[in-house]
Amino acid sequence: MAKTVAEKIFDAHRVDNPAGDMYVLGLDAVFCHEITTPVAINDLVRRGKDRVFDPSKIKAVIDHVSPAKDSKTAMQGKIMREWARRHNIEDFFDIGRNGVCHALFPEQGFVRPGYTIIMGDSHTCTHGAFGAFAAGVGTTDLEVGILKGVCAFRYPRSLKIEVTGGLPAGVYAKDLILSVIGRLGVNGATDRVIEFCGPAVDEMNMESRMTLCNMAVEAGATSGICYPDMTTVDYLWPFIKDDFDAPEAALAHYRKFLPDADAQYDDIVQIDAAGLSPQVTYGYRPDNVSPVSQMEGTPVDQVYIGSCTNGRLEDLRVAASVLSGHRISDSVRAIVSPATPEVYRGALDEGIIHTFMDAGFCVANPTCGACLGMSCGVIAEGEVCASTTNRNFYGRMGKGGTVHLMSPATAAATAIAGHITDSTLYEK
Amino acid sequence: MQNFGGNVLFLDRSDINTDEIIPARYLTEVSKEALKPHLLEDLNLEGFDPKVDIEEKQVIVTRSNFGCGSSREHAPWALELNGIHIVIAESFARIFRQNMYNCGMLAIDLPRNFVDRLFDEFSAFDTEIYADVEKSVLKVRGGGREAEIPFSISEFDRALVAAGGWVEYADSHY
Ligand code: SF4
Repeated sequence: MAKTVAEKIFDAHRVDNPAGDMYVLGLDAVFCHEITTPVAINDLVRRGKDRVFDPSKIKAVIDHVSPAKDSKTAMQGKIMREWARRHNIEDFFDIGRNGVCHALFPEQGFVRPGYTIIMGDSHTCTHGAFGAFAAGVGTTDLEVGILKGVCAFRYPRSLKIEVTGGLPAGVYAKDLILSVIGRLGVNGATDRVIEFCGPAVDEMNMESRMTLCNMAVEAGATSGICYPDMTTVDYLWPFIKDDFDAPEAALAHYRKFLPDADAQYDDIVQIDAAGLSPQVTYGYRPDNVSPVSQMEGTPVDQVYIGSCTNGRLEDLRVAASVLSGHRISDSVRAIVSPATPEVYRGALDEGIIHTFMDAGFCVANPTCGACLGMSCGVIAEGEVCASTTNRNFYGRMGKGGTVHLMSPATAAATAIAGHITDSTLYEK
Repeated sequence: MQNFGGNVLFLDRSDINTDEIIPARYLTEVSKEALKPHLLEDLNLEGFDPKVDIEEKQVIVTRSNFGCGSSREHAPWALELNGIHIVIAESFARIFRQNMYNCGMLAIDLPRNFVDRLFDEFSAFDTEIYADVEKSVLKVRGGGREAEIPFSISEFDRALVAAGGWVEYADSHY
């Protein structure tokens, strides 16, 4: 029978089929961070099951609030640290080496096409950019993942989003995914996997594909997936070069996770990228999406560039190219948080950090921080933040605050203008 | 198998997300108990006062896509700590639904006309709902009326509820 990518991955990882369409999958990796893992660790200890299925398949990071901001967050870090030590988890990223999980783990080469990955974090779908089935789960699923290396999912139905045409100037992967979410709605892909494909996706580098897959969950999807190709292999090559004679051989191997031509989809959505314009959210749902032109002039108090959606080097480059030669408006404050130490270093080497500082940005360390309203840029009641993150829920960045989601280019332009505006105004 | 139920809290809105159920600022708690007073603290719903309206409620009836957003299992825990073991909705976000069953609690999705009926006929009154998991039926009582509404629960979810959750089930099966 013809299969989708997710169906192929499920069939290759099936451990059990306990009932109906429930599949128990063997996991290739379990990712952990300090917000959802300590509760799982404590619960495993309480149950007398403080074990891990395979320390080499567990990757852990302290990223959400780093450095610790108070005694409670310090305790979360302590629990992670001690747990990683007692179970010999070598890939544990503590402060100094840490970065936002979904930016850090791909950069470290922990993802492969065809992998099954879970994490106690809804944006785990980001890793689908590599052709993996990667899904966010709750603490109990994470506990079982840590303990047994398995997780239960319904046999997946898929949705295909085919993007033709090229993205116009000033329009990025973020604008594309925002418009997709606006079209599908926050519930439009629930219990489904989204396959992103077509010439416009083929053209994208891995950073853009990660931005795309990152927000699949905002339409309710279990995972977003891009097809492995030479771009994927080139990105992974430093980590897989001992496993294959040549990049072509790696690609040939990964091709077995491409969908069959007559695979069945719940729906196939066609999008012409050439018709897109910069997008921004309004209100408190990620599917409240509007062209920037219609939100032009909306005042903001803070601009935030960072997160697992848009805190990678490419994002900082784009923002810096808009900022270069400008200063941010006196009416706003602006923060940039490079998502990982490697991104930070790259931005330093390329002079991007200088550009941000010259423009008047505060340069923060790699952390989730403000994205979920926990540190490093929490906004006050009634304040508005223009942000490159992925969630605009009421109070997400601080109680009573509003968030407008947008691309790094639009965020940079908004910082200069002091209100929401189109980045092409500052194109050189 | 357990039977669950009790007084109903009606939340007449779709897409209630986990940030509204339990705000991120309480995620630094490593003990579950500390979440208890903060359930639905940030819920954006006119006329709703968490301090008064949650009291003595054991069941939530709401619209579609309940529990969307962050994967935090703190959301079902905050419900559980407040004695709420059943959420009935038109649909759920995948992770939230799985988290409920993984904790041995019920997330019951009903067709839209049944949910409409619960709101139309019962939301103005003090209402009780009990779920008979064995027979897969909800018994509703309020405002002098009674109703029985069938629901479906998968074999696997039933096994999780019976085992007391996924950790126990997985550790004995795999
Ligand atoms: S950057 Fe934001 S969305 Fe991404 S993992 Fe961190 S808190 Fe979650």
